[in-house]
Amino acid sequence: MISQEVRAKYRPTIGIECHVQLKTKTKLFSAVGNDAREAPPNTLVSHIDFGLPGALPVLNEEAIHLATRAAFALGAEPEHFSKFDRKHYFYPDLPKGYQISQYDQPIIAEGSVAIEVDGQQMTVGVTRAHLEEDAGKSIHHAGQDYSLVDLNRAGTPLLEIVSEPDMHSAAEAKAYARELYLRMRYADVSDANLFYGNMRFDVNVSVSQTDQLGTRSETKNLNSFKAVEKAIEYEITRQIELLEAGKEVVQETRGWDDSKQKTFTQRTKEDAEDYRYMPDPDIPPIIIEQGYIDKIKKDMPKLPPELREDLAKLDVETSVIEDILDRPEILETVTKVLENGNAKSARRTAFWLLQTQPQDGEEKRSIEIDIERLNELSGLLDENKLSSTNAKMVFEEMLFTDFSPTRIAEDKNWLQVSDEGEIAKIVEQVIADNQKAAEDVKNGEMKAIGFLVGQVMKASQGKANPSLAQKLIKNQLGL
Amino acid sequence: MGQWLSISQIAGGVSSGKLKAVDLVEQSLKIITDKKEYDAIIATTEERALRRAQQVDAGEITGRLAGVPFIAKDNFLAFGAETTAASNILRGFNAPYQATAIEKLEAEGAICVAKANLDAFAHGTSTENSDFFTTKNPHDKTRVPGGSSGGSAAAVVLDMAPFALGTDTGGSIRQPASFSGCVGYKPTYGLVSRSGVVAMGSSLDVIGPLTRTVEDAALVLDVIAGRDDLDGTTIERDPAGYTKLDDSSLKGKKIGVVCEHMGEELDPKIIEIVNGAVKKLEDAGAEVTEIRLPSLPMALAAYYILCPAEVSSNLGRYDGQRFGYNFGEAKNMNDSYSKSRGRGFGKEAKRRIMIGTHVLSTGYYDAYYKQAQTVRTKLINECEEAFKQVDFLVGPVAPTTAFKIGENTGDPLKMYLGDVMTVGVNLIGNAAISLPAGEIEGLPVGIQLMAPQREDRKLLSLAKQAEEVLA
Repeated sequence: MISQEVRAKYRPTIGIECHVQLKTKTKLFSAVGNDAREAPPNTLVSHIDFGLPGALPVLNEEAIHLATRAAFALGAEPEHFSKFDRKHYFYPDLPKGYQISQYDQPIIAEGSVAIEVDGQQMTVGVTRAHLEEDAGKSIHHAGQDYSLVDLNRAGTPLLEIVSEPDMHSAAEAKAYARELYLRMRYADVSDANLFYGNMRFDVNVSVSQTDQLGTRSETKNLNSFKAVEKAIEYEITRQIELLEAGKEVVQETRGWDDSKQKTFTQRTKEDAEDYRYMPDPDIPPIIIEQGYIDKIKKDMPKLPPELREDLAKLDVETSVIEDILDRPEILETVTKVLENGNAKSARRTAFWLLQTQPQDGEEKRSIEIDIERLNELSGLLDENKLSSTNAKMVFEEMLFTDFSPTRIAEDKNWLQVSDEGEIAKIVEQVIADNQKAAEDVKNGEMKAIGFLVGQVMKASQGKANPSLAQKLIKNQLGL
Repeated sequence: MGQWLSISQIAGGVSSGKLKAVDLVEQSLKIITDKKEYDAIIATTEERALRRAQQVDAGEITGRLAGVPFIAKDNFLAFGAETTAASNILRGFNAPYQATAIEKLEAEGAICVAKANLDAFAHGTSTENSDFFTTKNPHDKTRVPGGSSGGSAAAVVLDMAPFALGTDTGGSIRQPASFSGCVGYKPTYGLVSRSGVVAMGSSLDVIGPLTRTVEDAALVLDVIAGRDDLDGTTIERDPAGYTKLDDSSLKGKKIGVVCEHMGEELDPKIIEIVNGAVKKLEDAGAEVTEIRLPSLPMALAAYYILCPAEVSSNLGRYDGQRFGYNFGEAKNMNDSYSKSRGRGFGKEAKRRIMIGTHVLSTGYYDAYYKQAQTVRTKLINECEEAFKQVDFLVGPVAPTTAFKIGENTGDPLKMYLGDVMTVGVNLIGNAAISLPAGEIEGLPVGIQLMAPQREDRKLLSLAKQAEEVLA
């Protein structure tokens, strides 16, 4: 273990390469379905993906459209001229012997992403983002002398977003990874489903005591924010320990073992391959006119930075805003209520929705709740006709019926009672049943009054107005 | 040559019922059998061809090429026989789809009867690099037919079919046409889809016909030309098509003789034939001038960098894992790769893979590949300038007539030098044709006519008139 002091001597530097799977209907270069999630192995494979003799890649225009949207999400515009190159290596899941990628003229040349870490704003530079095809999947069964290859994923369009080495902690890296995720999702570029590997992160980590960067390791294929954070933390510690022990950090590619929470060596620099990049003669260069860019820009939905500005009107903590952004279906409903001009109702809606665990099909229902009913429910709170607990219960009922909140509250007998006489009777009973607590209150232990109010609420099945109950308790105890 | 009517006459005869497609296919197959000793053919597609012929005769298949038999170079993916590209590594490969060119020809009723020999993967100028056998020149069995479309050229000259398809990456249609004595047409790059054709140098490869006449070449081109959703580099066809050729006189046509191709490396007797042909064109009214393309002498060097680079990349997929030859006894993955490729590829394929791999390697890319691309760009610009001064360019096709089998096999560099007159056109991407222009000691000699990109109809018009003038 290294101490905090030792750790503080080193400054980590982190860069991230993120592969985003684009949600095109068909693959990047063939007219075969792109959604390989549930497909049996090798059923989404054309002669092009299979690398048959004579098969030629034909660029899917939709990928250019999505890359253009992604450019906006990265604070950039696509390049007017870019091209595809071949990256050569031999592997059974790479049928052509090369991967079609973009080498020196990527579709997105430069961008930036603003993030907030511990209340501090910072900007992470995006060096470039390029289009490439995914390889197939190799499956190695332990103890078998064969491997299996599934080419369903071969040819799936990826956008590889390369960051500048602008991050210096695992927290910053995690925030950046999450921000990319949100932006790709809201730009509607990717399904951005981490479980299905729609976004995968490679993290480059080095540590140094000087301004000169240290030797870096690259940990590949991380598919959750948590893994990004943990792998970086592990690498920082591992590298500092090596340096403190007088050893050197080796430049290498590492993998992440999620069960052991450790990185491990995959490939060292010595066996790094020469990819022999070459312009792909089968695919004409991509030339994008400004008119095309402007047209797509006009139809862009709001992206996280703008959505955060909108949600600031809710007057809630930053973390709540981020929670809302994590749930687009909640954002949609909240935004609708907000646009309707009722910030208080929108805030309450946000909390109701966030506290309701999503169940099968529920996302759909929560969106279907109309603004009028939400505003009405919020109004019942304002008018003290519902306790906040009962309001939440009414809200949950609203997910299942089309009845108005007032009707639901009436039917369930949840409306708050503000009739002094009725509550006074309950208070009388509660004090009689809880002499000890009543004495305590009389003796100035005001904590106990909360208990008594609770008992009144319980006895009234939550309908009593709590502040009125408190007032009546005090009255009856002569305080 | 002479056993066949023109393609349009054959199709017309079949359509009107005067000719039977089955007879035509049988005639074709009989000649293939009779002239087997020339080794022009790798395999026939007899069963499928006869079945299609019956469908044509029954009126189920109609079109502008109804019942016309043809032969495809064996680097075209086609049904009815294996597609090998004359390589051991593709032995046993049955194509699950057909080349677009084949599909288009079949859609017009043409019938593929056989697959022609070639230098394996089209690497060569003599068919001696075929992993199977060397095709013999129809005029002298001790000589090569040219290559790499040597089987196609010989087949046409031997009357095995009215036309054949070839591919031209550095002269592979034009040079065998010159050596064997037929018309070889190399269209503008992108005019004919490359889909379903075993790739050699993707930025250079074109598909074209080998025929007995310019008119036949124009008709075949008219059928196979045009944009294809399966090849992103294809271009739109000429809206006027390629069969309505301008047959006004040669008067006023400006033709430039390419000086750089009339130098010392050329057999003086070939210079004589080219000059004689140019004189005839001039006599018929053409205005002849001399044109200089200063970068042209560098074309061959640039070609033998760019082409192998693309070859090394395009041959990556022949790894023994999914189709074709596989070395079954491999110890592990890398062993399987190296043994399958090591045993499956012939010498020339390996040579080009090594050259290509070298010029694309880190540290050599700038020195070789990038330099070669610069030469290519210069050449394109010079050619563009030249075509502002003249309508067409003219020159020889090859520096020699057909050489003896085995004469050059020990000297790959000498073999490569044979491409010096043809590779420029592939680097530029423009249209060119090889036209029979004479004979030297019983061996045919062609001349090459060249036009700017997309001017294929103009070039075919010129060639048709030149054909008459030279006859």
